[in-house]
Amino acid sequence: MNPEVEILLIAVVTSVACALPGVFLVLRRLALVSDAITHAILPGIVVAFFLTGSLTSPLLVVAAAATGVLSVVLIEAMHRTRLVAEDAAIGLVFPAFFSLGVVLVTRWAGKVHLDTDSVLLGELAFAPFDRFIVGGVDLGPVALWMMSGILLLNLALIVVVFKELKLATLDPALAAVLGFSPVLLHYLLMTAVSVTAVGAFSAAGSILVVALMIAPPAAAYLLVENFKPMLLLSGGLGALGAVGGYGLARWLDVSIAGSMAVVCGLIFAGAFTFGPERGLVSQIRRRSAQRVEFAARLLAVHLLHHEGTMREAVECAVSNLNVHLGWPVPATRKAIAFTVARGLAFEEGPVLHLTEVGRRFAEDLSAGGI
Amino acid sequence: MDAGHVPAVEVEDLTVAYTGSPVLWDLDLQVASGTRTAIVGPNGAGKSTLIKAVMGLIEPVAGAVRIFGKPGLEVRGSIAYVPQRATLEWDFPTDVLDVVTMGTYGRLGWFRRPGAPESATAEAALEQVEMSSFAHRPIAQHSGGQQQRILLARALAQDAEIYLLDEPFQGVDAPTERAIVRVLDDLATAGRTVVVVHHDLQTVAEYFNHVALLNVRIIAAGPVATTFTEDNLRLTFGGRVGVLAARAGSV
Repeated sequence: MNPEVEILLIAVVTSVACALPGVFLVLRRLALVSDAITHAILPGIVVAFFLTGSLTSPLLVVAAAATGVLSVVLIEAMHRTRLVAEDAAIGLVFPAFFSLGVVLVTRWAGKVHLDTDSVLLGELAFAPFDRFIVGGVDLGPVALWMMSGILLLNLALIVVVFKELKLATLDPALAAVLGFSPVLLHYLLMTAVSVTAVGAFSAAGSILVVALMIAPPAAAYLLVENFKPMLLLSGGLGALGAVGGYGLARWLDVSIAGSMAVVCGLIFAGAFTFGPERGLVSQIRRRSAQRVEFAARLLAVHLLHHEGTMREAVECAVSNLNVHLGWPVPATRKAIAFTVARGLAFEEGPVLHLTEVGRRFAEDLSAGGI
Repeated sequence: MDAGHVPAVEVEDLTVAYTGSPVLWDLDLQVASGTRTAIVGPNGAGKSTLIKAVMGLIEPVAGAVRIFGKPGLEVRGSIAYVPQRATLEWDFPTDVLDVVTMGTYGRLGWFRRPGAPESATAEAALEQVEMSSFAHRPIAQHSGGQQQRILLARALAQDAEIYLLDEPFQGVDAPTERAIVRVLDDLATAGRTVVVVHHDLQTVAEYFNHVALLNVRIIAAGPVATTFTEDNLRLTFGGRVGVLAARAGSV
């Protein structure tokens, strides 16, 4: 396989593998725990790396994932003492683990091929150099095999305990009552996050993994309203971020992992701004539509009050309504246009009149209170 | 209490403490099968704690809970619990029917997915709380009263022998209150046991036939007619006797 294609494949598989457990992190408000885990695995990685000499050995994955889970156990144990808030516990535990890792790396930096830059950012471009060779046959990059395996594990976990994970995320108390241990499910999930973080570590580094885990699910959450579509879309957006990031990196000749995280961030920004239901723009539109509708109601009631009175020609003159209602001219125009478009009112010469429908509408409002 | 019958819920010498001083102290309570019991007491009396201890969600310092004579933890799946509605993650991306279907998960056990029979159960439960037309709406889009009815429907889908409700009438609209009362009637007709943490003293006699007056200890428990008296209320609530006496006057 062409190394370019190999890198792209590793990027896509890594990104999707990260996005899937990320969905649960986002929904369980544990986004910061992913940050803790991805940092806390470092000492495990360093120690296992000394022992195995490879960043992609299965022993390394197990050892490092164990430190990740250990950090979660410690965070929760500290939190349970009620002496430390959960965010403070996270802030205390993961720098301790991470700094231990950094100290280990720098102490033996001369002897091992692992430096602080690659720890923080990863380097996907080097991934194809480490080959998976069985009996003299080159089966492709080790990283691709490892991340594909982790992706399959994550998929298997989600498929097998789908309803249990959903229940324990939505309502841990009910899960406990019905016999689905939320603690067991929580640690299954944290193990999956740790294993995924270790696998993605060599490709994306310990900081950017967080972006791959959190940004696609956070974007998907804003775009769909159901759980299954959110899972699928998160995977899809993760893949999109990987492909887009790879393209961006090639175009600008910059770090692949960095570009992937940037594109994932852009995808989130897009969903945040333009999401069809919950995006910023549609919320602003909806609010302004509500304002116009409310103004139109007030306008209809105003027309009703002055209908047939001597001052109608003055009070209900199209050009004067803004003065009488005390509204800015553009808002008044919008409200008039709305009532006319809905067939509630019509203009006759300079005066705005209620239609039959509009009169009943205004009378109902008047009687029932707006 | 029906002599010779095993009580639906039996709490014996139950003590629960969070930090130091007990929230519930050496509690004894028997709830007869098929009764409707209100748990009444001032704020901080330990009403919610009692419900959670019965559900096994809190570990007691001492004492035991038995459900139909068996240790509570073994059979807690046969109790349906309607928590205060804030305990659910209402931002979770799913629809009402899905949440109600979760009531059937206990019968399904691990790994088995809900299918057509479970959906039918959930739909019937939604019908019972008059929320059928909301089945496919996201759970995030509902008022407090509707949320309470969704949680009640989920408990109904559990098809349990015992129903524990924690302040179901708290801050709900009139249609919801009526819907809940109707469901309680249905459950009573079906011979189920209902225990409700209740804060509205005025409706105790109307909605329930038994009452347990609680303030860290059980002050009195038994049929409403003989237990829900001014004296007992004074013992339960302490100083604010005037207001309570007026309220309890209807009893």
